[in-house]
Amino acid sequence: MSADPTQVLAFETDCHIFDGCGFPAPGLHSFLFEPLWGDGDSNVYFNKTMLLALLGSIVIVGFFWAAFRKPKVVPGKLQMVAEAGYDFIRRGVVYETIGKREGEKYVPLIVSLFFFVWMMNLWSIIPLAQFPVTAIISYPAVLALVVYVLWVSLTFKRHGFVGFFKNVTGYDKSLGAVLPLAMLIEFFSNLLVRPFTHAVRLFANMFAGHTLLLLFTIASWYLLNGIGIAYAGVSFIMTIVMTAFELFIQALQAYVFVLLTCTYIQGALAEHH
Amino acid sequence: MSQLLILAAEETENPLVPPIPELVIGLIAFVIVFGFLAWKLLPNINKVLEERREAIEGGIEKAEAAQTEAQSVLEQYKAQLAEARHEAARLRQEAQEQGAALIAEMRAEGQRQREEIVTAGHAQIEADRKAASSALRQDVGKLATELAGKLVGESLEDHARQSRVIDRFLDELEEKAEAAR
Repeated sequence: MSADPTQVLAFETDCHIFDGCGFPAPGLHSFLFEPLWGDGDSNVYFNKTMLLALLGSIVIVGFFWAAFRKPKVVPGKLQMVAEAGYDFIRRGVVYETIGKREGEKYVPLIVSLFFFVWMMNLWSIIPLAQFPVTAIISYPAVLALVVYVLWVSLTFKRHGFVGFFKNVTGYDKSLGAVLPLAMLIEFFSNLLVRPFTHAVRLFANMFAGHTLLLLFTIASWYLLNGIGIAYAGVSFIMTIVMTAFELFIQALQAYVFVLLTCTYIQGALAEHH
Repeated sequence: MSQLLILAAEETENPLVPPIPELVIGLIAFVIVFGFLAWKLLPNINKVLEERREAIEGGIEKAEAAQTEAQSVLEQYKAQLAEARHEAARLRQEAQEQGAALIAEMRAEGQRQREEIVTAGHAQIEADRKAASSALRQDVGKLATELAGKLVGESLEDHARQSRVIDRFLDELEEKAEAAR
């Protein structure tokens, strides 16, 4: 299947129920892409997700370039839409969590993160692309890594070496005898698990969403034979419903990703953990 | 069969192990977005948002100034109106007083003229009466003397004039009339 370079669709199209072939269920192979350029074994290649990632960047930059290149005090329609998005993240996320005074300088990062993640998620339901870039762990991972590096360095800068450990271990004398255990758990949770969950939360949501969409799409096609046509209709309706649901989940996950980022930054800046 | 082999080969790929090239491209893609937004586009819009805020605040200030001015003009107008009313009331009062004084004056003048006329009338009547009375007295005396002279046969005129009999008689008559009145 994906090993075949000529394979364009996510599944085989000549297979229907009662034809004697099994259901071509979606699986891990649905998330593997043959390089469009280069060699898959050499780590020097270019594939569909990379293309979508770069295209997504261009779309975002293009959108904001058109909206904010020459902004006007009395905004046009495009500027108004872009401003609404910008303001939503700035006020609704950054000011709400970090506060206006401290949060101001993180606004560009958070806004970029939100729109980047959202765009990468949106590819899932855009015709022809139809693949959420964030369902490849590398993309959420690199974003989570950026946030992690920022968080660690901010905590060091704000609290110093000892303060850093107090911060990440949730040092609190009132815990008494359980303090060592609490510190161990907190250390593990904050420093090691956090970046992982931050990335995987986004990845897994998009992965599962794409699998669901694939499942119903493939089933709609696969069932188009004999009595199966009735079930194909149901499956097709489910595809539409799940597409709408994914549209919601995509925005939600992008929001959750930046909200967590802000929470981490706020934790790093807080005087007492 | 070949499908199974491929599936088996793919199962060795852990979806949680990030492929390095995608990491690199992901970072590049994100840096492109972050770079453009942080370098130019967001500062751009921030500047405009700030300008807008100032414009709105300026507008509010202007509106406030206009309102205060309107308020002061209204108060001024009200004060002027009150003053004008007061003035009008004062003028009316004055006019009434003047009118009353005028009427009183004219009435007094009328009274005076009436009295003058009446007095003049009285004096005239008195004078006429006196003149008539003296003329009558002379005529009556004369007639009486002539009548008496005719009766007596001789002129008594000189005698009567000397003795003033008739005058005395008439004076007595007058006194009687006076007393009867």
